[in-house]
Amino acid sequence: MLEIKNLQAGIEDKPILKGIDLSVNAGEVHAIMGPNGSGKSTLASVLAGRDGYDVTGGEVLLQDDDLLDLAPEERAREGVFLAFQYPVEIPGVNSAYFLRSAVNEIRKHRGEEELDAMNFLKAVKAKMKELGLSEDFLKRPVNAGFSGGEKKRNEILQMAMLNPKLAVLDETDSGLDIDALRIVADGVNRLKGLDNAQVVITHYQRLLDYIVPDFVHVLYDGRIIKSGDKTLAHELEEKGYDWLIRDAA
Amino acid sequence: MSSATTNETPPAPVEAFAQVEQAGGPLLPLRKAGLARFAERGYPTTSDEDWRFTSLKPLADLPFLPTLEPLGQALGQADIADITFGQHDVDRLVFIDGHFSSDLSIILEQPDGVTITNLSNRLSGLENEIGSLSANDENPFIALNDAFFTDGALIQIPANGSLAKPVHLVFLSTANEASQATHIRNWIEAGANAQGTIIESHLSLGQAVASTNVVTETRVSAGANLEHIKFQDQSLNAIHLASLHSELSNDARYAFHSFALGARLSRNNLRMRLAKPGIECVLNGLYMTRADQLADHHMIVDHAAPHCDSHEYFNGILDDQSRGVFHGRILVQPVAQKTDAKQTNKNLILSDNATANTKPQLEIYADDVKCTHGATIGEMDDDAIFYLRARGLDTKTARRMLMHGFAGEIVDRIQHDGVREELDQLVWNRLEGEHHLD
Ligand SMILES: Nc1ncnc2c1ncn2[C@@H]1O[C@H](COP(=O)(O)OP(=O)(O)OP(=O)(O)O)[C@@H](O)[C@H]1O
Ligand SMILES: [Mg+2]
Repeated sequence: MLEIKNLQAGIEDKPILKGIDLSVNAGEVHAIMGPNGSGKSTLASVLAGRDGYDVTGGEVLLQDDDLLDLAPEERAREGVFLAFQYPVEIPGVNSAYFLRSAVNEIRKHRGEEELDAMNFLKAVKAKMKELGLSEDFLKRPVNAGFSGGEKKRNEILQMAMLNPKLAVLDETDSGLDIDALRIVADGVNRLKGLDNAQVVITHYQRLLDYIVPDFVHVLYDGRIIKSGDKTLAHELEEKGYDWLIRDAA
Repeated sequence: MSSATTNETPPAPVEAFAQVEQAGGPLLPLRKAGLARFAERGYPTTSDEDWRFTSLKPLADLPFLPTLEPLGQALGQADIADITFGQHDVDRLVFIDGHFSSDLSIILEQPDGVTITNLSNRLSGLENEIGSLSANDENPFIALNDAFFTDGALIQIPANGSLAKPVHLVFLSTANEASQATHIRNWIEAGANAQGTIIESHLSLGQAVASTNVVTETRVSAGANLEHIKFQDQSLNAIHLASLHSELSNDARYAFHSFALGARLSRNNLRMRLAKPGIECVLNGLYMTRADQLADHHMIVDHAAPHCDSHEYFNGILDDQSRGVFHGRILVQPVAQKTDAKQTNKNLILSDNATANTKPQLEIYADDVKCTHGATIGEMDDDAIFYLRARGLDTKTARRMLMHGFAGEIVDRIQHDGVREELDQLVWNRLEGEHHLD
């Protein structure tokens, strides 16, 4: 599904990703952990195509297509979804309108029929109920004035509506209370299928009790310095990163 | 004021006044006083603090040709069928170059006690009222308007009454000939607990450099709720000067929405006096300019009583070499405890040559108040564009959505559903035409 080979990227001559190799197969869940500033969000941004990053080496393939060649919207249409660590507030843009446009853009690309307002509302309301979001969110501007937890749930709502092949969740658990965490995790798990994959960036093992990863990777200073199964997350929870960083040095 | 004397001085207001004087009438004292004030002050210049960013040279250089008589352009209903709000179920008063057109106006079934007519038709009893709300304003344009206004709307809603449907005031400028100067005066009164929606449109039929000077006085009595939408969509050669003077009473609610889309030069002076407790006053505006347009909003909100709320929201979308000017002065008098005043002015700059001048001015003399203000001038938010693109929307759609949202913040505050929806669509269509989307 996703093949990252020796990916190197930076900002303004400052190298941040220093050679990342990661291979994610359909049906898998990968967790990426690592200390602050290690490059996790940078990796997510480069995958989604945010401007301002220079890719200086390596390649990224999504189902054998060169992902880095595509504009952000093309990646989204091809099935890449990034749940933002800091979802952007967009005053004045109605949530329902925005989400329906996004859904239809992607449906169009897949050759599916666009959803009319009624069918869209039916679909979105069902998902909102699952995520414990109140319906009046649809009338509000995108993320504007949403609480931290509401913004994160809104990301998951968008993901549920867009049904991506590859979802990258950047600290979607941060700022969530225990109940919200479970709701969000359930939302992610419901999406899990044999033809899609999820990359979950997190600092906390507790999320991984709900979203059980097939692989756990530790990113440090722009490199994956350790990969393992879910037990690695427990080990990190106990011992922190120091022992790994020392080994890597 | 530095002005070179030329041999050929263009016709000036003082000369043009002879005809007004000859016509006489009950308002002659007001008119004479206005002329005298104008003669003393002349046109403001940019050394006048209130006009620092807005030069009136384009107007001051023109000959002064007030449209004291109708210019005889015959128009039929078909000519105005397509105007904005033209298809709404409204009562309509139409004025052409400041003269009432009974043929084009439609007034149907309003409740007892409601007056909707042209001002010059029903002057008696108002001789001393007209000018009373604008009297303290030194703006020379009010003086000029006092002297030369030909007509305008008179709307009176009695206590506990409400307008059966919105009233649409349509001011057409024929603009066939350069220098036509139209002067319009409106008087609007809502009695205690009265309600209504008023739409005020200013449109041009021709492309000549014509000017409109409109003064509106509004009295909103205790508990009344008035919504007033001003839609200025004149030709890009027009000069538009407007001033609004509102006196609000206990627990009144007044929402004024200004859409400044047209005119080469437009200026809206808004003067709100909140001298009784419990008032809620909303000033809400959108300017969208391109080419060499200049749109200026200049307001003073005077909190002279406790427990009043005033909110000002002005957004501008500026393209090409156009300019937006915003001056928002909030005055909180010592008695005005528990004032809640909020002001924002946001400018979206679409081109390197567009500029915005924004000047918030808070003067607070009471200690238990909540006052906030904020102004931004900037380009479109890259993070927001990326967010939308990351959801599958292309750059053009993303930019359009953000612009629409930016304008939508203002449009959404209109309470009247039909008006809001039509304006929303109109703004959307205009933004579709923007060439700075890609
Ligand atoms: N726009 C930028 N300009 C300069 N440096 C940047 C920029 N964005 C990120 N960096 C730097 O790149 C490094 C990696 O940042 P990144 O946000 O990817 O870390 P992270 O692993 O997601 O951290 P966290 O756990 O705190 O979210 C940091 O040193 C950061 O300061
Ligand atoms: Mg991060």
